Amino acid sequence: MGNMKLTLKIWRQADAKAKGAMVDYQVSDISEDMSFLEMLDVLNDRLVREGQEPIAFDHDCREGICGACSLFIDGRPHGPSRHITTCQLHMRKFKDGDVIHVEPWRAGAFPVIKDLVVDRGAFDRIQAAGGFVSVNTMGNLVDANAQPIPKLDSDKAFDAAACIGCGACVAACPNSSAMLFVAAKVSQYALLPQGRPEAKTRALNMVEQMDTEGFGNCTNIGACEIECPKDISLENIARLNREYLGAELSKE
Amino acid sequence: MSILDAKVPAGPIERKWSEHKDHIRLVNPANKRSIDIIVVGTGLAGASAAASLAEMGYNVKSFCYQDSSRRAHSIAAQGGINAAKNYPNDGDSVYRLFYDTLKGGDYRSREANTWRLAEVSASIIDQCVAQGVPFARDYGGLLDNRSFGGAQVSRTFYARGQTGQQLLLGAYSALMRQVGKGKVKMYDRHEMLDLVVVEGKARGIIARNLVTGELERHGAHAVLLCTGGYGNVFFLSTNAMGSNVTAAWKAHKRGAYMANPCYTQIHPTCIPVSGDHQSKLTLMSESLRNDGRIWVPKKLEDAKAIQEGKKKGSDIAEDDRDYYLERRYPSFGNLVPRDVASRAAKERCDAGFGVNRTGEAVYLDFASAIERYGKMEANVHHIDNPSPEKIRELGMKVVSEKYGNLFDMYENIVGENPYVHAMKIYPAVHYTMGGLWVDYNLQSTVPGMYVLGEANFSDHGANRLGASALMQGLADGYFILPYTIADYVASDIRTGPIKTDTAEFVEAEKSVRERIDKFFNTKGTEPVDHFHKRLGKVMWEKCGMARNAKGLQEGIEEIRRIRDDFWANVRVPGKPNELNQELEKAGRVADFLELGELMCKDALNRNESCGGHFREEYQTEEGEALRDDENFAYVAAWEWTGEPGKDVMHKEELKFEALKLSQRSYK
Repeated sequence: MGNMKLTLKIWRQADAKAKGAMVDYQVSDISEDMSFLEMLDVLNDRLVREGQEPIAFDHDCREGICGACSLFIDGRPHGPSRHITTCQLHMRKFKDGDVIHVEPWRAGAFPVIKDLVVDRGAFDRIQAAGGFVSVNTMGNLVDANAQPIPKLDSDKAFDAAACIGCGACVAACPNSSAMLFVAAKVSQYALLPQGRPEAKTRALNMVEQMDTEGFGNCTNIGACEIECPKDISLENIARLNREYLGAELSKE
Repeated sequence: MSILDAKVPAGPIERKWSEHKDHIRLVNPANKRSIDIIVVGTGLAGASAAASLAEMGYNVKSFCYQDSSRRAHSIAAQGGINAAKNYPNDGDSVYRLFYDTLKGGDYRSREANTWRLAEVSASIIDQCVAQGVPFARDYGGLLDNRSFGGAQVSRTFYARGQTGQQLLLGAYSALMRQVGKGKVKMYDRHEMLDLVVVEGKARGIIARNLVTGELERHGAHAVLLCTGGYGNVFFLSTNAMGSNVTAAWKAHKRGAYMANPCYTQIHPTCIPVSGDHQSKLTLMSESLRNDGRIWVPKKLEDAKAIQEGKKKGSDIAEDDRDYYLERRYPSFGNLVPRDVASRAAKERCDAGFGVNRTGEAVYLDFASAIERYGKMEANVHHIDNPSPEKIRELGMKVVSEKYGNLFDMYENIVGENPYVHAMKIYPAVHYTMGGLWVDYNLQSTVPGMYVLGEANFSDHGANRLGASALMQGLADGYFILPYTIADYVASDIRTGPIKTDTAEFVEAEKSVRERIDKFFNTKGTEPVDHFHKRLGKVMWEKCGMARNAKGLQEGIEEIRRIRDDFWANVRVPGKPNELNQELEKAGRVADFLELGELMCKDALNRNESCGGHFREEYQTEEGEALRDDENFAYVAAWEWTGEPGKDVMHKEELKFEALKLSQRSYK
């Protein structure tokens, strides 16, 4: 058992149509070894015992890779530490007596479903618009080593592909822009020979879908990069812009 | 009891799959458009199957409980994927991959399935690379490999410590491509709560929309369960919080046999439990055992001092360290299979040599790897007489490149820098080799219902080797099921769409609704987790790393008591027709409470030790698992008869034609 006492101010909203509000909760006996979500588990356990409704929040793998958890903690997506998701944030980052604000992602394209749970279906639709290589399953493709890929390109493609689709970039951006997310996917494929044949249509279609979903424009603020739990670089946005411009200028 | 026919094709093992493919029925392209297939789960098996089937022309409905199909728990797999490519020229082959996998599974897998898995493994890598999966490469631009437990060759392909993520995102991209084309209709935030069987065939599912709470009927000509494993029956495991047995268990209650449910994999390298608040355990990839050396102190007084916080690992002199895996298994050393490594850690900790406060941890130490790599780098950079600090600095860079994300993760969770202090690790529940019984075509005992990936039982026997789960998920989804299902749905080309207003759908929906009402009407006082934690403790203590008859019998009694208590005292707040995470958990835990008993029953029946199933009564003088091939070379497939604990056993005899059964040795 730990001994931290905290005041939590948490966004409660019954459903998509309801009006939400910040509600205060006191928690005690919080150990510094707990993760932030385990601290919320402790609170929820108590709420259920008291006959109240527990706080809804998305989470699944709890090891920083599925991208489900999505809390806006004290004004920052995934809280105060860099390069980690909410589930990896541990209470040793806080101190006894702290007041902590917990909100959902705020973006028009991510409507709140309940409490801290938002709908990020827009990301799936952007992916479906072009985030793939058009290759069917087939058992007789060329050997994987038939085409060497320079390690540097491959490593950069990996850096971009490390995106977990959590939406922190959108939540961090004053414009609610999804450029970093889209740029990461476009870059992964743009850097690999397998992705080149469809590079133009991919960039055009994914950006078009991004705009349709209602995400804002990029004005080079850079908050997305700072808050990205997977350290996706702004370089990718520059690459997306190049890919997009090239595609736009040469489209038939 | 009956003997199950696995429908393994005749002929020599290396010809079985290709001959089978050549002779099963096909469905012509126009007719595929009139066949509907439901795929539950969007992990490697589900996403790859759904995408492949849609590409072929079938109409696919894909379901997942997560908010996006990209979040299925395959995404968390770290280390790699095996394939018999023999790129390193170290003598690998389909035969060797087959041999290692079958031996690793302690000769309790179906031989023909294991061979087929090895046979299609190379195609998986080709497919993934074509999709743009960024595997690790060397400076020549070719794919890199590393070694993994239970093998003496390097056949594991990887993408840093995030191989599962990259493979899943590859399959997800293929799936999204079909969603964009309208060939797959995606149902995320949906949970399957029943299987609908019409005239003996699987014809659909009842799913709950997790946002609105609405119950939906979905009809199809075939249903695929790709719903993963049931490790969360232990409460604490490396599984995602939402991983569950519900879809499989509902199918079990509708006639699908559950095979070898007691085969559980306890993974040796996980971050130890830190307190009662713990909600899950985090794995440290097995790839760390390539470079990390596992040890505990030789002297009890040193271990005591460490447990009391008076000494640190670095205070223990080299001669006073017991590298027990290297000592006991000289030829495989730290790379023994998971079950062997886990039991060896438990043995040392039970003997009092554990290295944390609770005495339930061992060291995984990178000091010698850092030194080795540092010296190598110094040579590469022509640094003569490098200082120890320089060697450390250079070595740390290499280790960070290889395992950086894992080290960061460890530091985040534990609050201690693993480059400075040796990591502390302990075994944790990770994977379940048991699962729904399937024949060679991956069809369950309910015609028209297929089971893929971790949810089935067939390929890994009693213990799965590292980097083989990703291989199996993608093999099943990309290269096996898309062929075998044609043979079944070929009969359905004139059936027409499955109607969902029939008595069977009405009955199934009604039973789901009644159960949901029962949760709310119980009006107890305890949250769902309270029961889940109690169940987990019983499972870990009585049906965990070591089992015995007395403990298992006690376990069954305790589980029954917890189950009765659950149905009398559980409290599910809120309403059924809304996003209600407590209701979701209640449904899953209710099923775990029935499954747990069957696992104990299965473990009690199996009077031998094999792989992850270690019965204390059956061990060699050196403490190794002692198999009984004469009496237990079979798959125990359990049939539901209406009550938990009343399952009846059927058998599939395991016949070994290509390999002779032998005592497994890693010495």
